[in-house]
Amino acid sequence: MADKRAVTLNVNGKDYRITVEPRRTLADALRDDCGLTGTHIGCEHGVCGACTVLVDNRPVRSCLMFAVQAEGRNVRTVEGLANGEELHPLQKAFWEKHGLQCGFCTPGFLMLATGILEAEPDISDEDLRDVLSSNLCRCTGYQNIIKAVRAAASEMRACQPSASL
Amino acid sequence: MSWIGRSLPRLEDPSLLKGQGRYVADLARGAAAVKFVRSPLAAGAILGIEKPDDGLVFTADDLVGVKAIRPLLHRPDYVPVSQPVLAKDRVVFCGQAVAVVVADDQGLAEDLAEQVFVDIEPEDAVVDFAQALGEGARAVHPEAPGNVLVEGNIRTPGVDAAFAAAAEVVALELRSGRQTAMPLEARGGVARFDPLAGRVTLYASVQMPHMLRTGIADVLGFPESDLRVVAPDVGGGFGQKMSLFPEYVVLVWLARHLQRDVAWLEDRRENFLAAAHSRDQVFKVRGAFAADGTLLAIDADLKSNVGAFSCYPVTCGVEPLMGLAELPGPYRFSEYAARSRGVTTNTCMMAPYRGVARPMLTLTMERMMDVAARRLGIDPVEIRRRNLIETFPHRSPTGLVYDEGSYGETMELAVKALDLPTFRRRQAEARAAGRYLGAGFSVFSERTGYGTPAYAARGMDIVPGYELVNLAMDPSGFVEARIGASPHGQGLKTSLAQLIADELGVPPTKVRIIAGDTDATPYGWGTFASRSMVIAGGACKIAAGKVAERLKSVAAAMMHVEPETIRLADDLAYAEASNQTLPIGEVARAAYHQSHRFPQAGPGLQEQALYDPAGTFSNACHACIVEVDVETGGVKIERFVVAEDAGILINPMIVDGQIHGGVAQGIANALFEELVYDETGNLLTASLADYLPPTIAEMPSIEIEHLVTYSEATITRAKGVGEGGTIGAPAAVINAIVDALSPFGIDLFEIPATPQRIRDLIRNAERTSHG
Repeated sequence: MADKRAVTLNVNGKDYRITVEPRRTLADALRDDCGLTGTHIGCEHGVCGACTVLVDNRPVRSCLMFAVQAEGRNVRTVEGLANGEELHPLQKAFWEKHGLQCGFCTPGFLMLATGILEAEPDISDEDLRDVLSSNLCRCTGYQNIIKAVRAAASEMRACQPSASL
Repeated sequence: MSWIGRSLPRLEDPSLLKGQGRYVADLARGAAAVKFVRSPLAAGAILGIEKPDDGLVFTADDLVGVKAIRPLLHRPDYVPVSQPVLAKDRVVFCGQAVAVVVADDQGLAEDLAEQVFVDIEPEDAVVDFAQALGEGARAVHPEAPGNVLVEGNIRTPGVDAAFAAAAEVVALELRSGRQTAMPLEARGGVARFDPLAGRVTLYASVQMPHMLRTGIADVLGFPESDLRVVAPDVGGGFGQKMSLFPEYVVLVWLARHLQRDVAWLEDRRENFLAAAHSRDQVFKVRGAFAADGTLLAIDADLKSNVGAFSCYPVTCGVEPLMGLAELPGPYRFSEYAARSRGVTTNTCMMAPYRGVARPMLTLTMERMMDVAARRLGIDPVEIRRRNLIETFPHRSPTGLVYDEGSYGETMELAVKALDLPTFRRRQAEARAAGRYLGAGFSVFSERTGYGTPAYAARGMDIVPGYELVNLAMDPSGFVEARIGASPHGQGLKTSLAQLIADELGVPPTKVRIIAGDTDATPYGWGTFASRSMVIAGGACKIAAGKVAERLKSVAAAMMHVEPETIRLADDLAYAEASNQTLPIGEVARAAYHQSHRFPQAGPGLQEQALYDPAGTFSNACHACIVEVDVETGGVKIERFVVAEDAGILINPMIVDGQIHGGVAQGIANALFEELVYDETGNLLTASLADYLPPTIAEMPSIEIEHLVTYSEATITRAKGVGEGGTIGAPAAVINAIVDALSPFGIDLFEIPATPQRIRDLIRNAERTSHG
C-alpha cells in the first residue's frame, strides 16, 4: 500500500477534496470518497460500461482510470444530469420509452449517450448503435434504450440554438 | 377508466434515472470490507491453510457450531449433500470459498486475502458427463457414488407399441453449453450489527429475502427474529439471486462474531466462478411419428450437470425434474417415457436461471419437429399444426393441466408476420447469389404462476408458492401494499399499483408497494418462476377488493345509501342513485377517526389476503430470419418475431420489456454465451472478455404481437411472462440457421452455435460431399 495523496476532483462543477491511495480508481473515489453512488460498478475490467462518466466531456470507464488522473479535469456523473427537479432529455426519454428495468446499467448508458449526443448531435443511426454497443445491459435487450436515445437526440437537437448562424 | 392495460411509465424510474437508486454497494459506507479466499483447484484435499500474522482471517475451523447448507427433497431417488459455508477438509469446485478476511477497505481486504495460502493436494476433477457417469468414475461426494444426485423416471403404458407402429423414428442428441444469468450487479451483502438489539440487518442483492432469513437462521442456529433481511434496489437477478449462498451465512456470522458492520461486494470474476451457473445439459431423445406427421410418442434420456452442490431451497432437482415434467411442451402426444438425471461434478453449483430446463426442452422438441418434417416431406409449420394442443384444459402425459391458450393461433400469427411465401422467394434468390438465409420457428408453453401444489408434487422439503399481501388505505386516502414477492427490475410495483388502483378507485400514484424487507412484509417467497404478477397480483386484487368493500360500506353510511350502490373511481366514492360524491380521502379519514359511526364496518381500512393458484400456462411462437455467413460461420438475425399470449396485460410496455430482455438472453444462449471449463475443472471464461453477452450490435429489432386468451386459471386473468423470451428464442434461431444451411445438408444440435461450431459443420459437410 502506498501513501495516500490529496486530490481535488471537480465533479458536476463542485470541488471534492479527498485523500486517496494512488491505486484508487476514479469509480471508487466517486462512490466512496465523494459519496456519489449513482455511478455503478459492474465488472471492474472495462467491459460492461456501468461505470461510464464524462471526463472533459468524453465518456470514460471510471473503473479503468485512477482518481489521481482525474485531478484538474472536469468530471460529470449521472447526479449532474438533471437540472434540479427537471430531468435531462435523456432521462426523460429513458423513462417514457421504458429504457431501463433494474436500472443498474442506466447511469452508464445515460452518460455514454450524453457524451456522444453533445459531441455529435446529428450522429447517424448506424454510428449511434456502434457507440451504444460499448455498454452492456442485461434486462432490456437494448430495444428501448435505442428508442430512448433516438428520441432524446431529436429533442436535444430541437432545443439546441442553431450553431451555424 | 381502467388503469389495467395502460403503458404507464414506471413509478420506480425517477430515482433510478437520477442516480439515486440504493443498491447494496450504495449501503456499504462505513462497513469493513470482506473478501473470500477461493479454491484455485476443482478437487482436492485441504492439507493446511497458512494465515498471515496480522489481520482478521477466518476458516471453517473458526465457525464453531455453524451447520452446513443441506437442501432436501423427499424422494427416494434424491441424495442429499451438505455444503459447508467454508470448505472443510476438501474442495469440490474451483472458486469454492475456503477462508474469509476482513479489513478496513476493499483494497486492504484484497491485499490480506492474497497472503492466505491454501495448501491443496489435487485430485482428478470430474467435469463432464463422460467423466461423471463413466465406469469407475470418481465420486464427487462420497455419499453419492455414481454421481447422480436425483433421478426421475416416467413410462406410460403404450410407449413401445407407439414406436413399433411408427412410420418414422427420429433420434436426436442435443447439447446446451453452460450459461450464467450474469446480472449486471453481482451478488453482495452488507450486514449491520445493532449492539442494542443484538440483531443483524442484512442488506443483500437477492430475490428471496424471507427464504434467505430462514436459511441463515437455520444454518447459524438462532431465532429468525434476530435477523432482518432487506433486498434494496437489486440490479437484476434472473434466478441467480434466489438461492442461499454460503457467503451470506458467513457475512452474518462475521457481523455477530465481530459485532461490527461488514460488507461483501462480489467482483465479476467471483460471480463467474462461484455464483450459480445454469444449462449444461445433454438430451437424448427419440420421437415416434406416424406417416402424416402425428407425433405418437417420445422416449427421452435427459442429463443435467448440476455442479458440485444442490441449491437451497429448490435443490438440484429443479432442472432435471422440470425437464422430465415439461418436455412434452405444447404437443398433444400421449405416450411418453423419460429418465432424467441430475449429475454432480466438480464445477460451480447450478441454480435456477430464467427459463429453467425449458430453453433446452423447447430446443429439443422444436428441432424434433423440423427434422421429422424434413424426413416425412411435410412443411415445418404444417407438422406443428397437426400436433399442437387445441382443446382445453389439456392434460399432458405427465399429468400437468394446461389452461386455455392459443398455441396454433400464435404460430399462425408469427407465420403471417414473417410473410413466409415472400421470404421463401427471397431465400431462393439469395442462395442463387451465394447468400444463405433461413427462417425458423419455435412454439412453446410457459408454465407460470404456480403455487404450493406444484412444488409439493416435486417432494420439496420447503414448499414455496403462496403469497400473502397486507394492504391498507391510510387516513389520507393513500394505499400501502406489503407484499412477500421481491421485485428486482421487473416494474412490479407499477403493475401492482395499476391493479390496486382499479379496485380502489385511486390513481396508481397513491399506491405504494412495500417489498423486500422481512421486517415490513408478510412471509413470502420472493420473485422467481414468472410468479409475481400472477400470485402477488392475485393477492393484491383480493386484498384491495376487501378494502374496497370496507370503503364502500363507510361511504354508504356517510351518504345514507346502500353500499352496493357505491362506485369507486377518480379518487371519489360515487353514490350513483342519489348523485352524491365524496373524496375517497374523506371516507378513509372517517373510517379511522369516526369509526364509532360505522360499527358494521369496524375501524380502519386494512386487510390481508392469500393467493395460492395451481398455475397457468402462457404460450407463444417465436419466428426469426437469419443470414449465415458461410465463410466465417457468423450469424446475423435479420428479423425476430414474437407472437405471445400472456392473458390480460396489466402494463403492456412492461410486458414487452420482459419479452425483449428474455429474447436477448435466449439469443445469447443460442449464439454467444458459454462458460467453458478445461479438463482440470478450471474455468476458462471468468471475465467479460471471454464470456460474451450480446451488445446492442448483435440484437435485432424484436417485433411483438399479442393475443389475449381469457383464462379462468388466475383471478387477474394475467399470466406470467418473465421467462418466455428466454425459453423460445434458442430453438427459433437454431432452426433458422439449419434452414439457411440446408443446401449443405447440415443439422445443428448444440448451442451456442458459435462461428467455430458452424464452420466445423460446414467444413465437414464440404469434405463429405467432395470426398
